[in-house]
Amino acid sequence: MRLARRSVLPGFGLTLGLTLTWISLIVLLPLAALVLRPWELGISGIWHSLTEPRVLAALRLSFGAAALAAAINVPLGLLIAWVMVRYRFPGRGLADSVIDMPLALPTAVAGISLTALFAPKGWIGALLVPLGIKVAYTPLGVLVALIFVGLPFVVRMLEPVIVDLPADAEEAAATLGATRLQTLWRVVLPALGPTLLAGFGAALARGVGEYGSVIFIAGNMPMVSEIAPLLIVIRLEQLDYAGAAALGVATLVLSFVILLLINRLQRRFARS
Amino acid sequence: MTRLRRGALIALTLVMMTLLLLPLGVIFTQAFARGWGAVLEALTDPEAVDAIRLTLMVAAVSVPLNAICGTAAAWCIGRFQFPGRALLMTLIELPFSVSPVISGLVWVLLFGANGWFGPWLDHHGIRVIFALPGLILATVFVTFPFVARSLIPLMREQGAGEEEAALTLGANGWQTFLRVTLPNIRWALLYGVLLCNARAMGEFGAVAVVSGHIRGQTLTMPLYVEALFNDYDWVGAFSVAALLSLLALVTLGLRFALERRMGSSRRDIV
Repeated sequence: MRLARRSVLPGFGLTLGLTLTWISLIVLLPLAALVLRPWELGISGIWHSLTEPRVLAALRLSFGAAALAAAINVPLGLLIAWVMVRYRFPGRGLADSVIDMPLALPTAVAGISLTALFAPKGWIGALLVPLGIKVAYTPLGVLVALIFVGLPFVVRMLEPVIVDLPADAEEAAATLGATRLQTLWRVVLPALGPTLLAGFGAALARGVGEYGSVIFIAGNMPMVSEIAPLLIVIRLEQLDYAGAAALGVATLVLSFVILLLINRLQRRFARS
Repeated sequence: MTRLRRGALIALTLVMMTLLLLPLGVIFTQAFARGWGAVLEALTDPEAVDAIRLTLMVAAVSVPLNAICGTAAAWCIGRFQFPGRALLMTLIELPFSVSPVISGLVWVLLFGANGWFGPWLDHHGIRVIFALPGLILATVFVTFPFVARSLIPLMREQGAGEEEAALTLGANGWQTFLRVTLPNIRWALLYGVLLCNARAMGEFGAVAVVSGHIRGQTLTMPLYVEALFNDYDWVGAFSVAALLSLLALVTLGLRFALERRMGSSRRDIV
């Protein structure tokens, strides 16, 4: 009780105790098992298990596709968020709920429906066949799935910031003779910069770990269209627990480092 | 010119919204490709019924557990000042930044055949992995942050004034919580429970790792969808997927209603 200051409310000890117990059992103990497990391989063993060509290919695909998808989602998300905040049009309410669709659909459901859409006989796949573009069962399929699940992050993070965007800066720029495009480029984009970066980071982080929406459409060819999370599952099935944990820790650490860098960049952006 | 640009931007947005809706369209057309009869048949198949029952069971255990612990966490974080509060908040949100596959993996590392407690469990004849307890643990892990996350900002905002008044007037702690706090946070609590439940029923990656894919025993609805899809039973897979999509649509509708009622543009991106 002495821990909590300035409060006459009861229940601090009880609720804090319950929370700490629950977090320890549900979050900390399992994560401890994840972090400690790889060491039974020894440093060189871990290095070996992470530098297998198949692992490197999977990591390259997971991080590459996630970064590319996030980069594509930034302009798409900016457009949608801008239109949703600034314009009133018929169907806006419906459009607002559709934005959340990719996150509302269970990932496996999104996965099989994207596969059906982009299969050579699917609604979109059939249109792409004459162009010689294959999406389903190729790395391109991974990209499409990650664009789909990442888009809401960018839109939802941008919307409140666009709402709060001071209109006077835009007006001033327009009064001073700037064209709309110049205003967008010189006034609006710098103000949204940190949020665009944050949205990029959130979409990227989600994309790296994404599983259900990707594995159906990816085709999962080793070295070609196999994502890192799937490789973790494969290692577990081979009872290579330490190898699976090593790959898990590696992807987590890599994502955290990238997010940290983005965070740094964001701060520098905000200061300038 | 301005009107033209405006029209073009809106049109582009609507096109993208239509693209986002296509998967939903595919699910229902594929499910009903052979009519209502086939859908009903797929959904009343004994294996489908088992999957639905298992999904409900997993949610029925994990959602209340997380609702209680999430409310407790919100009480101590939202009502008290103490060192380490920010750290605690970070720990609560941690599961959201972990890949679903890793959320399942951690439980195998603890309770799997080669896991820390695996041999001990085996010796005592207890099955966690490839059984119901594993499915529940994985689900609890991925859905843990929802309730606390929806309650804490609200409770911070509200402050402890009303509770302090109730206590001064002689109410005890439980009375204060049930009569003062709970009515104040009920919509946010419902919101958290709603999202928690939707994720619990729709989770795929985490449960895929701990399930072992035993038909009729450890396949939840999303896992059953995968099994049917891999068997090329598209009508079956999309029928169950359609049921899950209905759940998602209902959740989405309720979410918007709750957001309106809570009177803020509070949105949880997960």
